[in-house]
Amino acid sequence: MAASGTKKPRRVMLILEILILIGLLVVPLVTSDFHTIIATRMLLLAMLAISFDLCWGYSGIMTFGQALFFGVAGYVAALLANKAGYVQIWGIVPICMLVGLVSSFLIGWFLLLGKRTPTIIFVALGTLTASYAAERLVAGWQWVGAGNGMSVWDFMKVGSYELEPGPVFYYVILGFLIVAYIASRWMVRSQLGLVLAGMRQNEERLAFFGYRVQRFKALVFSFSGMIAGLSGGLYAFHEGFIGPGSMGIGLSTYAVLYGLFGGVGTLLGPILGVGAIETIAFILSDIDALKPYWPVILGVIMLIVVAYRPTGIMGLIVTDRERIGSFGYRGGGEPDAGGKDAKEDTDGTA
Amino acid sequence: MALLEVRGVSKTFGSLKALGGVDVTVQPNTFHGLIGPNGSGKSTLLKAIAGAHFADGGTISFDGMDVTTMLPADRSRRGLSLKFQITAVLLELSVYDNILLAFQAHQPVWGLLRSLSRRNLHPEVMAALARFQLADRADDLAGELSHGQQQWLEIAMALTQKPKLLLLDEPTGGMSPEERRATGDLLVPIKQHCAMIIVEHDLDFIKDICDRLTVLDNGQVLDDGTVAEIEASTKVQEVYTTRV
Repeated sequence: MAASGTKKPRRVMLILEILILIGLLVVPLVTSDFHTIIATRMLLLAMLAISFDLCWGYSGIMTFGQALFFGVAGYVAALLANKAGYVQIWGIVPICMLVGLVSSFLIGWFLLLGKRTPTIIFVALGTLTASYAAERLVAGWQWVGAGNGMSVWDFMKVGSYELEPGPVFYYVILGFLIVAYIASRWMVRSQLGLVLAGMRQNEERLAFFGYRVQRFKALVFSFSGMIAGLSGGLYAFHEGFIGPGSMGIGLSTYAVLYGLFGGVGTLLGPILGVGAIETIAFILSDIDALKPYWPVILGVIMLIVVAYRPTGIMGLIVTDRERIGSFGYRGGGEPDAGGKDAKEDTDGTA
Repeated sequence: MALLEVRGVSKTFGSLKALGGVDVTVQPNTFHGLIGPNGSGKSTLLKAIAGAHFADGGTISFDGMDVTTMLPADRSRRGLSLKFQITAVLLELSVYDNILLAFQAHQPVWGLLRSLSRRNLHPEVMAALARFQLADRADDLAGELSHGQQQWLEIAMALTQKPKLLLLDEPTGGMSPEERRATGDLLVPIKQHCAMIIVEHDLDFIKDICDRLTVLDNGQVLDDGTVAEIEASTKVQEVYTTRV
């Protein structure tokens, strides 16, 4: 066998990516504006879910605080619109990304970069507490609308063009989702992604290689916060509102559920998770007989999937081998360099 | 100058005193065996040297620097490499990726993100695999290897770091006699490049490849010397004939 570390995995993921992309591209063409607005909200939540997947699915950071970065950026976007009258997308997007990046870095610095290696539980409770505290803080802060939240009266603008919720807004958000997905995919398939794959399996082993594991975690946590911040800022303009619930443990838990339901460690799974959960919720909440019970039914469905299918929806579709991938050199050339002949060369310097 | 100097190292777990003031000196380019009955503190000492446990007392100097309180990653960067007692290869990654992961350990994050060294490391990864007779298994998952091959893979991973001191905790554990012989053949040439501390229960294996031995008993050094000296030691004979 020509060993190169690049055994070709099945291409199910690639096919699925293409199918989902085609599906997302045609949504506004085949549905009403109302449903396009619902779908836009799903795309925004998909970005939040991807940010969770980067943490838990790739880096072993159990975070219950992704909504914090989403919400903080959403509030900053609302303040820029309401207090400063600034709604240009060219400024809003980088500012919200920066807000997400800085806020997640600060939380990550506190939780991950201490002298002692933090446990999963410590980080989970730390992020949960931060999210809860932030929710309580804004709920009591009149300047940002307290418990009523903040309405965003102006539309986001591209130059003089106003981005109203609808098909155009949908495609703009889809563009951002694709960019966030490609950037994340590039990272997790790079040599850095190999470090993350190793970290997820055995942190201690990596530390003994000389990897400063917690710094890698802080890096991914900050990057994920940046994506959450991007989605939060755009969400505030799309919904025309941001409130304490958008940065609390409720939405943070939903981000976890989107990931687990769709399948973590795949990037695509969280997108499917958002689509599935939000669609089920939408349908159930529209059936009169089920209106009082739909959250319970949804909860039971999610419980069953998470308990009996830990790899989520994606686990039904792709193998572990394809999900994890391979990281070897793909250039072909001389895959057997140092092959059988080199067995005789036992000088011991690997 | 000694490569490693362990002086008065102690370690306690609750009420159990695992190490009670151990002294060990390892010279460059020598193989040093740690032997002793079960529970004598061999693996604890190895972990204290590697940084998996911090010593409660005493000092550990490596290559002229006090590393007693240094984190494992920093010790690794200074040239200490460890192979765990329980094989710690990454089972869900391919054999190739396990080696690549070890090779790229000290590279900057930006370089890793851009996969700058993936191509250049390829021949080195394949050579390391070939050296340990794993080149044909490069594309297989590490979890698909036999136990002996996983041990070789982990030794190969430890060697990619070009360590000055390699710590091997039971490198032949669970191996067949043929695999043990092959492991010895693979390890001996390494002496030209680095020193090694080996914890091992197979005394024939350790006598064949080690220059010096330290015998631990109840967390203390029972005896220390060349293989011939230890073989002649009545103290050691007593422990091994009465308790092993």
